[in-house]
Amino acid sequence: MNLKWKYLIKRTGQMILTMWIISTVLFFIFRLMPGNPLVAYINPTFTEKQQEILMEQFGLNKPLWMQYFIYLKNLLQGKLGQSFFFKEPVTNVIAKVLPNTIYLMLTSLIMAYVIGIIGGIFLAWKRGETIETYGLVFTLFTRSAPQFWVGMLLLAVFSFQLDIFPSGGVASAGIVYGSELEKLFSLQFYKHLFLPALTLTIYLLGLPLLLMRSNMLDVMDEAYVQMAKMRGVNKIRVMFKYAARNAFLPVITAMAVGIGYAMGGNVVIEKIFSWPGLGRLLVKAVSTSDYPLAQGAFILIAAIIIFMNFIADIFYNILDPRVNIEDRK
Amino acid sequence: MLNVLKNVIKRTYKFLLNDKFALAGALIYIFFIIIAILAPYIAPFNPYKMQTVEGQFMMNKSPGDRFLLGTTDMGRDIFSQLVYGVRPALLVGFTAAFFVVIIGTLVGLLAGYYGGKVDSVLMRLTDVAFGIPFIPFVIVLVGFLGPNIWNIVMAMALLLWRNTARVIRSQVLTVRERSFVEAAKVSGASDFRIIFIYIAPNILPLSFLYGSLAMGWAILTEASVSFLGFGDPDVISWGYMLNDAYISQALTRGAYHWFVPPGICIMLIVMAGFFIGRGSEEILHPKLKEY
Repeated sequence: MNLKWKYLIKRTGQMILTMWIISTVLFFIFRLMPGNPLVAYINPTFTEKQQEILMEQFGLNKPLWMQYFIYLKNLLQGKLGQSFFFKEPVTNVIAKVLPNTIYLMLTSLIMAYVIGIIGGIFLAWKRGETIETYGLVFTLFTRSAPQFWVGMLLLAVFSFQLDIFPSGGVASAGIVYGSELEKLFSLQFYKHLFLPALTLTIYLLGLPLLLMRSNMLDVMDEAYVQMAKMRGVNKIRVMFKYAARNAFLPVITAMAVGIGYAMGGNVVIEKIFSWPGLGRLLVKAVSTSDYPLAQGAFILIAAIIIFMNFIADIFYNILDPRVNIEDRK
Repeated sequence: MLNVLKNVIKRTYKFLLNDKFALAGALIYIFFIIIAILAPYIAPFNPYKMQTVEGQFMMNKSPGDRFLLGTTDMGRDIFSQLVYGVRPALLVGFTAAFFVVIIGTLVGLLAGYYGGKVDSVLMRLTDVAFGIPFIPFVIVLVGFLGPNIWNIVMAMALLLWRNTARVIRSQVLTVRERSFVEAAKVSGASDFRIIFIYIAPNILPLSFLYGSLAMGWAILTEASVSFLGFGDPDVISWGYMLNDAYISQALTRGAYHWFVPPGICIMLIVMAGFFIGRGSEEILHPKLKEY
């Protein structure tokens, strides 16, 4: 069998194994919750009928090991229980906010990677000049400033002081979008999106920029680039046509990982801008002890991260002909 | 063992002198450590006490002679809070970094040295750690175990070792092929001896580098978690101050003197870790230097 197929199968197996271990750990964490063993799924405020349905669905009157298998089965079917706070299935609650998280994340990620890649090429080009030092120090600033603090500054200046952008949410008070599509076609939505997206962009920018820069420096050292330089090809052409192309791939790989981590990392940004997304939902679930919702949101974020790590590995190992698939004897 | 330690200290010292970035980072740390030790002498007031002047509560004061950075909406002195905030930051940073270095280095050493089954098991464990969303995990754990600074440190230590383990492992893979390790094996040295006397000293600088990065991440994370309202209510940290400012409408009022300084402090201390890290990077990837 082809080595790459073998790798793909092995890596898929690893992904499933990881997912299974995390689900198992989560099952036990939520079973160790203070209170009786039902506390993870049943809230006293539920009607008796609801309680019975949940008892049945999650097998809460059966022994623990059976509950575990029922839990795994439900998980595979996307059944995550009933939210204590919203009195609705967790899956529905999550489905409502997930699009908002995706909009915020994709916008920021694309901006960060476009600016980062161009910035990285630029800094590599200016190697050794003063502007490079400024660029690096600025990047270090963006990496070390707490994202929520950057968000606070932007809010204080652009929203409260200058009143250019709204201070939070996805719509002004009293306005409800009829559908996702209507939301995406309204200017107001983008006005609300701007500050949180900018904050997340600033946070995400550092990685692609530094990565692109150091890859460029590596690639520029290689024979074919040196050769092009010696042949007198002009500098911009060398940078973009010869060097950037090959420095690009690892950065794109990092983007896949970045999607995963942005999912978890924008918890703070969603909170500060009252952005109704998955991260804010998780914070709310934990602070109101809404166990099923917290568990559901957590599993989803973890699944996205694991899947994106998988995509990144596949991308890196299978698409790049220069990388030998690591399979140590 | 003492020799090994001496060697590491000597190397670190030489390295600091040769690298301005790393030196700047180290100086920032020293500065904050001194403030943490002398906090009671530097802070003019008790950070918890609501300040009064002639029986009047001093709420929401702007910066002035008496209150250097003004007061909070509860009348507490912001400058004093800022000074005392160094302590939890360093505490969280150092303890988290300590665990990260210990766990990450051990996992990396064992996985890299033994290979095979040991390696598989440890690396799958690392995959699991990589699959868990960091801040959500800390929130969930702290939310359930109780908002206590040690719970925060523990939650972070449970995950942050993952990068260190991977990097150390791949470094060990190259070190163990070197001739002095082969020689030690042939002469019948025990695995324990080979790992800790022959291999470990070679990867320690890398461990410390990851420790300094972990310190930054830990401080940032503690601030984020406190900001989200899951911080230790008995500890005034910079994250707590920012949370306090946020929920007390300091943003609406434009009370920049309240929420700008803690952010700058967090940034400085995190950046110091990165500076030390970036400095080492040049030693670790000498290819960069040829440019």
